[in-house]
Amino acid sequence: MSTIPIDHRTSALSEILSRNQAELVADWVQEMSGAIRRSDLMKDTELRAQCVQFLGLMKQALDAGGTNFNSGAWDEVREMLGTISRTRAEQGFTPAETAMFVFSVKRPLFSQLRQACKNDAAALAAETWAATELLDSMGLYTTEIYQKSREAIIKRQQEELLELSTPVVKLWDGILALPIIGTLDSARTQVVMESLLQAIVQTNSRVAIIDITGVPTVDTVVAQHLLKTITAARLMGADCIISGVRPQIAQTIVHLGINLQDVTTKATLAAAFKIALERVGINLAHEAVKPEHLKS
Amino acid sequence: MTVVATENVAVIAEPDVVAVRRRVREAAIQLGFSLVDQTKVVTAASELARNTIIYGGGGSMLMERLNGPRTGLRLTFKDDGPGISDIDMALRDGFTTGSGLGLGLGGAKRLCSEFDIVSQPGAGTKVTITRWK
Amino acid sequence: MEKIPILKMGEFLLVTIQVDMHDQLAMTLQDDLTQMISQTEARGVLIDISSLEIVDSFIGRMLANIAAMSRVLDAQTVVVGMQPAVAITLVELGLSLPGVRTALNVDAGMELLRSSVNGYKGIYDGRSH
Repeated sequence: MSTIPIDHRTSALSEILSRNQAELVADWVQEMSGAIRRSDLMKDTELRAQCVQFLGLMKQALDAGGTNFNSGAWDEVREMLGTISRTRAEQGFTPAETAMFVFSVKRPLFSQLRQACKNDAAALAAETWAATELLDSMGLYTTEIYQKSREAIIKRQQEELLELSTPVVKLWDGILALPIIGTLDSARTQVVMESLLQAIVQTNSRVAIIDITGVPTVDTVVAQHLLKTITAARLMGADCIISGVRPQIAQTIVHLGINLQDVTTKATLAAAFKIALERVGINLAHEAVKPEHLKS
Repeated sequence: MTVVATENVAVIAEPDVVAVRRRVREAAIQLGFSLVDQTKVVTAASELARNTIIYGGGGSMLMERLNGPRTGLRLTFKDDGPGISDIDMALRDGFTTGSGLGLGLGGAKRLCSEFDIVSQPGAGTKVTITRWK
Repeated sequence: MEKIPILKMGEFLLVTIQVDMHDQLAMTLQDDLTQMISQTEARGVLIDISSLEIVDSFIGRMLANIAAMSRVLDAQTVVVGMQPAVAITLVELGLSLPGVRTALNVDAGMELLRSSVNGYKGIYDGRSH
């Protein structure tokens, strides 16, 4: 940190922001043209509007609260930059492209300053320094917000993926099927439980068939996760049947001494479905029905 | 870790358990927790608040809202009661020195992302739980 | 003193818990219910917890106690309407409420009570939770 007192004069800067706004915006947009412009993602008019709004807010903040970017006077500017960063993150801009929105105003701004302070070197130095400090803070700020937005987007996508991989299917009035595909770890179990229980409430189902054909290994840990799910469903008043129990799994369960308590387990979904129908009080009668094309 | 807000709640008598549940619920909602996570942290707080009253002779809960880089809720339950001599035992399910199902510590621990307990006989008990969003 | 109302519906008692219960209220409910079962010779108790957003170990214990005490008085207990978030939390806490029968809602619960009281144990039995 230098010990030379830094002169934070910003009067010329402030005036340029209002008096030369049109010219500034034109030059600024010009600077942004090319690689970082991304006209595929944002229309020209929209970009210009953002530039105008930004310069306006920046002037307001300068006049009100000096050059401390973190002060209250700059709240609106930070808010606007935050919104810009977030939307750019969602639209698919890169972090560099997002930060360049701010940085590309430097050259036009400095050339304006050179004009305004052409007879006062000290003033030029002070104003340029103030402008640089501010713009650097703002550029870094957009990057920070951009990062946070990307993280939020990724998290949301992960959650959606997790949900998609555990579909709950209604087989009949009051009967649900939950085919589990892949390993069942504790994170997945939480998602499975939530999906299943929500579905139970929404469809008023009292039997849920959990099919584990797609679960590669069933050891004590997986069995515990399954039991958790079944217990939760029971607490709500729904019964569970496990289907898709392959012979090897049956062997493993016995071998490991896993206690599935009084949970009914079946080898196939069809067999489980039959039991489920009985449990909700439906009896399928075997009746000979004439096929449609033979009916007179 | 940035602590964004703190709140101190007295946990002295039995009706305070309901107050604790309410405050923790409000904070969890404001922090944007999912319904399941809200329920988990409120239930854990309920268990620990009750412990503070019944076994600790009354104490307090410090609630801290955390925001950066992760969002979360941190609750610290303190009392100047008799303390726990064997913490490992206490964390095991079903352990009890009083009547009923036990201290509920093991259960509360499972409901939280982070769990810390400091307790010594004659030196009170301090339980800190954190639930990340 | 506030109390949770207990309704009599034929040979059954219906309790709807809508408030966040503090421990004292829960104990009072336990006592009142046991009293009323005995007084009215009720054959079943339906406890509706669809509005209950928190069930911790104390409330869980209360429900298990009510079920146990009713059984001694020859009455069945059914708890209905547990919210998903509550069920998930209870399981995580390690509480499975043994001896407490459950149903999705009041209708299902009444059906369960009626059929279990009328001799056969309902559409399916063997639920030993």
